[in-house]
Amino acid sequence: MTKPHRSRHVLLSALTVVTLLVLAASIRFGAIDFSISEIGRALASLLPGRPEPNLDQRILLELRFPRAVLCLLVGASLGVGGTLMQALFRNPIVEPGLVGTSSGAAFGSAMFFVLGGVLHIGTSLWSLPIAACIGGVISSYLVFLLARSRKDGRASIVMLLLTGLAVNALFMSAIGFLSYIARDPQARSITFWSLGTLSGASWKAVEIVTISTVVGTAIALRYAKQLNALMIGEEEATYLGVNVNRLKWIILSVNVVIVAVATAFTGVISFVGLVVPHILRMLGGADNRYLIAGSALTGAILLTLADLIARLSVRPAELPIGIVTSAVGVPVFIFLLRRRQYIF
Amino acid sequence: MLLANNISFRVGNKSLLSEISVTFAPGKLHLIVGPNGAGKSTLIKVLARLLRPETGSVEYEGVDVAQVSEAELAKRRAVLSQAVDVAFPLSVRELVMMGRYPHFGGRPGPADEQIVDEVMAHFDVTEFSSRDYQTLSGGERQRVNFARVLTQLWRDGSSAACRYLFLDEPLTFLDIRHQIDFLKKIGTFAAASDVVTVGVVHDLNLAARFADHIVLLHEARVVAHGTPTEVLTSERIQDVFGVTPTFVESDSGMHLVFGVG
Repeated sequence: MTKPHRSRHVLLSALTVVTLLVLAASIRFGAIDFSISEIGRALASLLPGRPEPNLDQRILLELRFPRAVLCLLVGASLGVGGTLMQALFRNPIVEPGLVGTSSGAAFGSAMFFVLGGVLHIGTSLWSLPIAACIGGVISSYLVFLLARSRKDGRASIVMLLLTGLAVNALFMSAIGFLSYIARDPQARSITFWSLGTLSGASWKAVEIVTISTVVGTAIALRYAKQLNALMIGEEEATYLGVNVNRLKWIILSVNVVIVAVATAFTGVISFVGLVVPHILRMLGGADNRYLIAGSALTGAILLTLADLIARLSVRPAELPIGIVTSAVGVPVFIFLLRRRQYIF
Repeated sequence: MLLANNISFRVGNKSLLSEISVTFAPGKLHLIVGPNGAGKSTLIKVLARLLRPETGSVEYEGVDVAQVSEAELAKRRAVLSQAVDVAFPLSVRELVMMGRYPHFGGRPGPADEQIVDEVMAHFDVTEFSSRDYQTLSGGERQRVNFARVLTQLWRDGSSAACRYLFLDEPLTFLDIRHQIDFLKKIGTFAAASDVVTVGVVHDLNLAARFADHIVLLHEARVVAHGTPTEVLTSERIQDVFGVTPTFVESDSGMHLVFGVG
């Protein structure tokens, strides 16, 4: 164990360095490029006693920075969510986007924008993420309920994917309807929900997503050993002292919360959660302690790179980020489906 | 000492276990035999507390297992299943280390590492150490899982509580040489370490040769239990399995040969 452990530490350290590098790149490049010294001056303007930041500096501080940080956090959330789902279902082909969690969360958020104004709720900072969580819980619950076999109460992966497909379609069409009747500009933008974008990033969003990502990842890490035991089967995990039902509830809840809160601010971003754990398993094996920490970093890196592509490829306009993640993720998904190694 | 105290278990209105009372002593190899559907695997699962009996109780050292927490139980009760599948690439050593999971909190300590090394050497699986478990053959996998299960029960000096080992059809994917080899090792382990050992096997010859104590199940009930010669009589085998045995004496002991009808 000593040898793989050491190389996993090296890997995680390397990923941390890369995360910081892509964060720097993400702040530096965009519709307008900023030099390092400009970034330094903008940060310095925050110090007490300095002159007010100029327009460029304000773009950097109020748009670019929160966007870059939010992107890291959302990527981390989706990566961890994918790892948790795959560990829980003992199958490398599931991810939050495929089993309905993300579309349900997007639906909850869209509902909030449409009904919030009418019902005069939504003054609190937390209303939007809570609405997203409720949507995520409803869609996840619906998928598991419908995918369960009548015979033995277990959900097969084929059923899970097919039901996920149906529930996704249902919630996306519901979102389409809401966009059609909505007055709120954010809810009106169907591309925002279905393809995902980080263009609405704000420091407020960063605050909330930081909390859900950090707390969710910390809880997941606490249960990494039990998730490892689950790799050899539910029965075997029970024999190793794991309360499997309790573990399932905790992990599912963590997953729904981190994915739903991220989705509330960015829309549905698919395939990050699918691809990230695979890359990590190829690099350093399947130990969940390493996978959870690593998928937070790798998710952050990949989504930031995707966001850079989204922003730079058609500058000064930008692509919805979901187009980029799907372009990379779909081939990987098909490749995984075609591989015989995985039993459905 | 393991005590099954008048246990019954049913699914729907089908009775899988009916009023079963047996005592299992430490240091002995107990093998449960019986035809398909007799309730052998269910009995193992109830004894190992994966399933709760509908009536009656299972007692470990006089304590009802229903009262013991899962985490506490895992320190002294281990189960070897028919086959263990892993969906992800996992090194053999990582899998064997899982046997120590109930014994450490966050990360394995030096004592856990040492026990894993010891057990893996003892069961000749050290050569597989860094292999991916998914690439092993059925027989190799079973040896590795056997090592895992014994790692779980290995004495680390912290507790003197009685330990329990259950084997749910452990021979299914083994060839005859490995079946014999496996039963020998189990018998030696049970005798040497004072562990209560209860297993399910199908082969009556292997059961007769290696068991200290046989429990014969038929239609959810214990038909007989005792030493192999006490339990495996011609009439009982005929009644329970519907085959006619002939007893043949050879250099390696008594053997059963079966005729149908």
